[in-house]
Amino acid sequence: MVDTTEPLTQGNTGVTPRRSTYLFYRHTVAVRALHWLNAIIMLVMLMSGLQIFNAHPSLYWGNGADFDHPFISLTALGTQDNFHGVTKIGSWSFNTDGVLGASWHEGVKEVRGFPDWVTIPSDSPNLALGRLWHFAFAWLLVANGLAYFAYAFASGHFRTELAPTLKDFAHLPREIINHARLRFAKGEEAKHYNGIQRMTYFVVIFVLGPLIVLTGLTMSPTMDSAFPFLPWIFAGRQSARTIHFLCAFSFVGFFVIHIVMVILSGTWNNLRSMITGRYAIEVEDKNV
Amino acid sequence: MSERSDRRSFLARTAALLGTVALAGCTDFAQQPWVIGILGEVENLTRRAQRLFAGGHALAPEYSKADIAPTFRANGTLNPNTNDYNVHVAGGFKDWAIDVGGLVDKPLKLSLAELRAMPARTQITRHDCVEGWSCIGEWTGTPLQLVLAMAKPKADARYVVFYCADPMGEATMDASGNVVQPPFYYESLDLLEATHPQTILAYELNGRNLPVEHGAPIRLRAERQLGYKMPKYVRRIELVSSFARIQGGKGGYWEDQGYQWYGGI
Repeated sequence: MVDTTEPLTQGNTGVTPRRSTYLFYRHTVAVRALHWLNAIIMLVMLMSGLQIFNAHPSLYWGNGADFDHPFISLTALGTQDNFHGVTKIGSWSFNTDGVLGASWHEGVKEVRGFPDWVTIPSDSPNLALGRLWHFAFAWLLVANGLAYFAYAFASGHFRTELAPTLKDFAHLPREIINHARLRFAKGEEAKHYNGIQRMTYFVVIFVLGPLIVLTGLTMSPTMDSAFPFLPWIFAGRQSARTIHFLCAFSFVGFFVIHIVMVILSGTWNNLRSMITGRYAIEVEDKNV
Repeated sequence: MSERSDRRSFLARTAALLGTVALAGCTDFAQQPWVIGILGEVENLTRRAQRLFAGGHALAPEYSKADIAPTFRANGTLNPNTNDYNVHVAGGFKDWAIDVGGLVDKPLKLSLAELRAMPARTQITRHDCVEGWSCIGEWTGTPLQLVLAMAKPKADARYVVFYCADPMGEATMDASGNVVQPPFYYESLDLLEATHPQTILAYELNGRNLPVEHGAPIRLRAERQLGYKMPKYVRRIELVSSFARIQGGKGGYWEDQGYQWYGGI
């Protein structure tokens, strides 16, 4: 696995141990390709999904929609000439003017759920095009996801690198403290995912991924006739729509944390490893 | 200090400019006809895959009386409000009749009373709007397959087109001063969906005559499809081999505005 060795001199006092780094082959070409494809597909899915959501920016529970009691809704309050955007969650109400409920599009203030800079296409309402993009990329998302599953099971990527172990659960408190103090694994330890990473990837890959696909399919009336258990397991089409939305924002939350962690634990090293596959490991040279 | 804030404002303006350019570029790209063309091809794949799973005639879930929404949401045209339609409303729709023609061996004219005299189907189903909301209601009507069986479709009939009494929008004036009437709502299903057991010409909602806002006196119910595929105020049914020559050529009013013809998703 060692490709090159690049000695890194850290002064020559003789007190400081000499450190050296070498490049470790961390991500296979399959993982890298599927990762970046997935990133593009997920971005299109999110942005076209928000365009679809804008057609009726309220969420409910159950099979039918209880229009007067949405669980979440993005609306506008005021008069036709003077309104502001509001986000309602249950009985709470927040002023989210300019971003959620009402925002600016080409210099004109409009009543719209999500703003133009997060929807595909950016003008809204454009439900027809939003659906076209969403349903076309849904095929790519599933194809990419299945390719990843096939690769990860066949290659042992899941078993050896991603499956959480009992030890991970035992070490969880310590891991949380290390994360909170922004202490990241160094040296040989950095070659493997830590417990929190394994658990997070497990939840994202095996829970959020399938859940967002299945709740998406549940919103299709023809799929519900083919698989009547779909609306049943999700407690109704409107519940499925709500879960679909919550999954989407869990992915957004995962993405934000993922990016923060990439930056804090070494932006360039991480980026290089996901592009060229090679990750620099720094070791103390014991031969001094 | 000022140098730094200059630089900052320069960076902010550059970022805003790049953002605007990127946004405009994406918007243009997202709406390019060739892009829409490629994405539209995927609709065929989606339809074929869904048909594979849903078989010929898998039934949409049906619900119990307890699930019926207290108020069934009305959407789209709430009242055609044409002179012709208002005369029918005043007369209790006793003269309303549906013409069945096109590629059939036996063209028909069925009055509301004749439709009501035929075997009926009652179903409590979930109405799914393309916008995302749903409503559960109880519909009673004549299975469309019975009407089609009477009319005897010819071998080359592939689609059933529904013509409605509701004009979409106001009359406009063209450049030479002629009044241009707005198009009437229309929709189409293929024969598989049209002969599905839950596809009915509904005349009752929740045990009462169809209210005007829900398409009185007759609306289509196609329970494996989205709401826009179920036209209200149905006046005429035509069997065709292609809908390319009808109105915008896409098979329905909303399809002509860019929506997908396949409404099962």
